[in-house]
Amino acid sequence: MNACHSANPSETSYSLSASHKFPVIALAGQPNMGKSTIFNLLTGLNQHVGNWPGKTVERREGCFTLDGTTYNLIDLPGTYSLTANSPEEEIAREYVLREKPDVVIVVISAANLERSLYLVSEIVHLPVPVVVALNMVDVAEHEGMKVDAAGLSAALNLPVVPVIATKAIGVRELIRTAAQVIQDGAPLVPNKPDIRQDVAQAIQAVEALIRPYVPADYPADWVALKLLEGDTAISRMMKELLPPETWETVHLILRQNDDAMVVLASGRYNWINSIVRSVVERPKIGQISLTERLDRYATHPLWGVFVLLGVLGLVFFFTYTIGAPLQAWLNTAVVNRLADTAGILLASSPAWLRSLVVDGVIGGVGMVITFLPILVIFFASFGFLEDIGYMARAAYVMDNIMHLMGLHGKSFLPLFLGFGCNVPAIMGTRVIDSRSARILTILIAPLIPCTARMAVIAFLAPAFFGNRAFWVSWGMILFAVLVLVIVGMLLNRLVFKGERSAFIMEMPLYHIPNLRTIGLLVWQHTIAFLKKAGTIILIVSAVIWALSYFPQGELNSSYLALIGKWIAPVGSWMGLDWRLTVALLSSFPAKENAIATLGVLVGSGAEAGLANLLAATYSTATALSFMVVTLFFIPCLATVAVIRQETASWKWTALSVGMFLVMSIGVGTVVYQIAARL
Amino acid sequence: MQNTPSTQSSLAEVPSGEVATIVSLFGGNGFNRRLTSLGFTPGAELRIVQNYGHGPMIVSIRDSQIALGRGEAAKIIVQRVKE
Repeated sequence: MNACHSANPSETSYSLSASHKFPVIALAGQPNMGKSTIFNLLTGLNQHVGNWPGKTVERREGCFTLDGTTYNLIDLPGTYSLTANSPEEEIAREYVLREKPDVVIVVISAANLERSLYLVSEIVHLPVPVVVALNMVDVAEHEGMKVDAAGLSAALNLPVVPVIATKAIGVRELIRTAAQVIQDGAPLVPNKPDIRQDVAQAIQAVEALIRPYVPADYPADWVALKLLEGDTAISRMMKELLPPETWETVHLILRQNDDAMVVLASGRYNWINSIVRSVVERPKIGQISLTERLDRYATHPLWGVFVLLGVLGLVFFFTYTIGAPLQAWLNTAVVNRLADTAGILLASSPAWLRSLVVDGVIGGVGMVITFLPILVIFFASFGFLEDIGYMARAAYVMDNIMHLMGLHGKSFLPLFLGFGCNVPAIMGTRVIDSRSARILTILIAPLIPCTARMAVIAFLAPAFFGNRAFWVSWGMILFAVLVLVIVGMLLNRLVFKGERSAFIMEMPLYHIPNLRTIGLLVWQHTIAFLKKAGTIILIVSAVIWALSYFPQGELNSSYLALIGKWIAPVGSWMGLDWRLTVALLSSFPAKENAIATLGVLVGSGAEAGLANLLAATYSTATALSFMVVTLFFIPCLATVAVIRQETASWKWTALSVGMFLVMSIGVGTVVYQIAARL
Repeated sequence: MQNTPSTQSSLAEVPSGEVATIVSLFGGNGFNRRLTSLGFTPGAELRIVQNYGHGPMIVSIRDSQIALGRGEAAKIIVQRVKE
């Protein structure tokens, strides 16, 4: 399988509306069925990750070549069904109906046949050729099950190809089968589940009523079926399209059949059951799987917490013992050297230009890039834990604590990512089903002290607290987490009125990690982070630099200092003078800027001297206040940008920024006023 | 396994290790749709993998393991099967 670029160097193959230049194959499947493994196997690095238009759901598209033909491959979001329970499910079916891929491959699991066939039982109602990939036949055999692929194919009247995606077995055969379906042009007509008489009649009645009004892309019988199921998106669409009196009539039929949803789902499962019975040899009842044995500890209310703490401890350990030295090395060997070289190269150019490049661009962007090792290790740890199936267990164990804030277990995962960097944490809130729970998690996530803020704390604590520095740092983290829980509880009461979303989550089987999947995840996160550093952080770094340079060419008399002196009265509540206030403001593009700014303002010279100089200049109460304010100040620029992107709302972004501003001033004032009196 | 005598209760009240069949769901429409697509249909058999009487629980249904919050489990009525 060649990279498609070599076969056909086309840039447009990634574009959304590529008018079927290459045959388009869409991959559908439930979560944890190995769909991504197949996608990654086929496309490798020839893939493009973006968002579905207007949605914060990841869209993955790629291309590959087999037997001289290049194919476009679309990875549809993982969905349990095709009823609009979530944006993912709506996206998957809208794509199939509107974009009309040449073929849809539905990935099912031989080890989980009954549940995974449910999606097949829904997709057969759509006007699209279907090929079934029967994945994980090895896992099933390991559990004593054997699935008769030919029998399944006959029962469904669809091509079924057995594959083992993790070992790349059967995938070529799968694509060749799909290619054959595309070539033949006349796909098999799949068997469909029976529908109970009364519901079938209701569907026919509704179909007759709505037929003239159904949009061209939608099959009328499918729309009628979805109306009977109470599908919110389809109901909304048809209510708008139908004349009011027709809608009234339709609505009446729907009300008379309000159990249709359960009847239809049961009908599908009965159909699936009869198929499964004929094609599967069951494993012995009472056999306890490895997953269940591991879960006796991993999901135990008490041991589970210890397992989680141990796992998190290990992640921190790896991140800091491997990441921190790499970060220091990047700083001295790359960033500083780059700054020196640039300084020499620009020796004859105007002083402002030299300062812009060295202090502004390299100082700002370079500083951010030194965080790369820590982020890579963090993402890799996460990808690993996710891939083996542990993250669902972590969410499960944390469910009780998250309930205090009206959230549930799933919100814990993005919050933990926040210890590495708040940016992926906020993007990670995509796993949360309900919008209000997601917004709440986005609002509190920046309270998790990220590595950049911990770097500021770690720099200041030893200077002011000597050998108690370690405990002060830990105290800061605990304090931040405590504030997070309190703020979460308050927001839930005041803003979200105690709303709660349902906690329903599949616990996937544990399995051996797939390095390819983890590697691609790390790669994609890294690229996204570097892009951000190269654009928005670059611009703001330049702006902050300009404010700190002009009009006199030095910081003490700059516009930034002017602003700092202007708002110094507010700073004085918190015991901060104008220099500390400016340091705080300059931490907006990147938190660790605070130290660099203080270096310029308080005293020239090496950072080693700076800590002592600061200790001589400021009281302990001021230092404590500054550390606390740093923790709770407005999230860094990249975080604010991603909050805007993920909430798709300026209102929530402004609320977040305002909340952190007020909170940092409030907490800083309280801490200073108490500490100064002790 | 005998199906008599049996009692009905909410899923949240069924202890670990027991087997039960689903009688009905009485959450909202969206809640019911999510559960039915995961296999929670009337008549489906499930086994309680873990229920400590507080916090979330895990059930095994149609060969997959599903975690449910306590509030969610309380909205599922089951028929307990005495072994």
